[in-house]
Amino acid sequence: MNFIALKMLFGDRAKFIGIVVGLTFASLLITQQSAIFAGIMTRTFSFLLDVGLPDIWVVDPRVKYIDDIKPLDDDAYLQVRGVEGVQWAVPLYKGSLAVRTKDGTYQSCTVVGLDDETLMGGPAMMVSGDLSYLRRSGAVIVDQTGAEGKLAHLLPGGKSIPLKVGAEIEINENEAVVVGICKVSQTFQNVPVIYMTYSAATLFSPGQRLLLSFVCVKAKPGQDLHSLCQRIERATGLRAYTRNEFKVLTFLYYLEYTGMPINFLTAVALGFLVGIAISGQTFYNFTLDNLRYFGTLKAMGASNRMLLRMILLQAMVVGGIGYGLGVGAATVWGMYMGAHTQLAFRLPWHLLVVSAVAVLVICLSSAALSIRKVMKLEPAVVFRS
Amino acid sequence: MSETLPKKVENSKIAVHCEGVSKTFGAGNAAVHALRGVDLDVRTGELLMLVGPSGCGKTTLISVIAGVLRRDGGDCTIFGQDYKLMTEDGITSFRGLNIGFVFQAFNLIPSLTTAENVATPLIINGMKPKPAVSKARDMLIQVGFDERMMRSFPSDLSGGQQQRVAIARALVHGPRFIVCDEPTSALDGETGLKVMELLRRLGCVEDRALVVVTHDSRIYKFADRIAAMEDGRITEVVDSASQLKVLSEQTI
Ligand SMILES: Nc1ncnc2c1ncn2[C@@H]1O[C@H](COP(=O)(O)OP(=O)(O)O)[C@@H](O)[C@H]1O
Ligand SMILES: [Mg+2]
Repeated sequence: MNFIALKMLFGDRAKFIGIVVGLTFASLLITQQSAIFAGIMTRTFSFLLDVGLPDIWVVDPRVKYIDDIKPLDDDAYLQVRGVEGVQWAVPLYKGSLAVRTKDGTYQSCTVVGLDDETLMGGPAMMVSGDLSYLRRSGAVIVDQTGAEGKLAHLLPGGKSIPLKVGAEIEINENEAVVVGICKVSQTFQNVPVIYMTYSAATLFSPGQRLLLSFVCVKAKPGQDLHSLCQRIERATGLRAYTRNEFKVLTFLYYLEYTGMPINFLTAVALGFLVGIAISGQTFYNFTLDNLRYFGTLKAMGASNRMLLRMILLQAMVVGGIGYGLGVGAATVWGMYMGAHTQLAFRLPWHLLVVSAVAVLVICLSSAALSIRKVMKLEPAVVFRS
Repeated sequence: MSETLPKKVENSKIAVHCEGVSKTFGAGNAAVHALRGVDLDVRTGELLMLVGPSGCGKTTLISVIAGVLRRDGGDCTIFGQDYKLMTEDGITSFRGLNIGFVFQAFNLIPSLTTAENVATPLIINGMKPKPAVSKARDMLIQVGFDERMMRSFPSDLSGGQQQRVAIARALVHGPRFIVCDEPTSALDGETGLKVMELLRRLGCVEDRALVVVTHDSRIYKFADRIAAMEDGRITEVVDSASQLKVLSEQTI
């Protein structure tokens, strides 16, 4: 019967294409939108991933997400160092400063101030220069995307010259020199990132009394991170999060307090509805067109179970093809955009499962209507013309 | 009387036995009593024609006999079996194995080739598509199809050719009972006669019964017996058209 079911399906080329196009569109839209959503959400905590090493982040108790900077007392990191089970604890500054480029334009940048001694939390990937050059006075490292983009020197013709090692920039009216170019993960704010030492950050930000944003902690081997967090909190009155907790906190904040989930859900719902509307409709019409033949098969001895399996097979085949084409198109699109733009696009396998389930639901609900119709069909109708 | 019967019918057994079969559609004021107590026997080896005015219940009767419609009352057995005593699934597989169908509108599946259409009953009965199609081709050769026609689709064929395919499909799995509802109504006179010749030649074998519903008097000559129906009842059963009272009344 599979043979007959497939022949019937492929035989009606117009409807077959219509159904597949609808499902392709739905799975493309669902996959692509959720991949962008996943990409954007990853960017919200990309700083955490870039800093990498610390097990625990100590922050002000009021902090709601990673970019919600509430300065700590300057000596907070010293208090943390005293807690039992801490291998090391370093200060980290994260803030925003205005940078003036050679052509005189101002650009707001994210500034990361690293512990002078260890330079802990510095960029993991240097494109040119070296992290240790930061110890020179007035030295900064700029991220590649910023150096080639917003901080590049614009020429009249529209071309631009990237910021290079040795270039001078002005931070808050102070001279600074670029000693390295690094790679960082794309951040949510999408502004250039500038690394410097903690003391340089103090120098570049006059008037700001408290600069300490985070205390980054490495636990001694074998420590239970949760009890260590509790000990740090008891000793300092601050909040201590494991890296994963801080990530989740940030993620949930963006989920709850921005419009992104709504946008995303709207797009996904749209894909779903379009899928149902186009494919479901067309599939049902396809069944109606063939009702007389389903009736004939029934009269000739095909049981309801056989017909049910035929329709399910037809639905699964169009579903599989539509899903494959949609996910394929979304992947190609994502790879192209990833190579040519700053677009956030992440396609972990979970999302493939999500869109597979969505397509499956569309197919099954389309098939359900058809199946109902065919099950209720009286074989006696074959004699009525 | 018996000397006028063709020999093979004389020796036949009863294929279908109906007694007081009734069927009503709808209820109350809207009720239509399509069958009002039908008594009829169909013998193996014969081609019985069921004739009568439109709406008298011919299609309803063959639907009941073929097991696609449940009767309301009376007795009806087919090869000794009673649908009333079978489950829905049992009836379905009984139809698949024992009954061949020929329809007025052919009902060939448009996206299947001629050979694949003929193979359908075999596939329904569990045969794999490949051997089924190969067996279907043998059947199609018997109805006069060549290689090219076997690969063509129903839409490429004339009405007469399509009905020949339908006959091949009704016979391919060797059913013991064949029902044809107005098999020639969609065809012109000449083609209708050819189709009936084919049905008679291939379909009528010992141990099989055929019931052909028609109101086309030109094909009455292919019948072994003719049952006339009126208003939900069988009014007479005769051996040849010339004996039909209904017909002589009509022609007067
Ligand atoms: N499914 C049905 N629902 C209601 N009435 C029906 C149905 N099938 C047949 N009838 C009625 O039953 C009567 C007999 O119909 P049918 O058996 O098709 O007659 P014939 O085949 O002799 O023309 C007609 O009056 C018809 O309208
Ligand atoms: Mg009829």
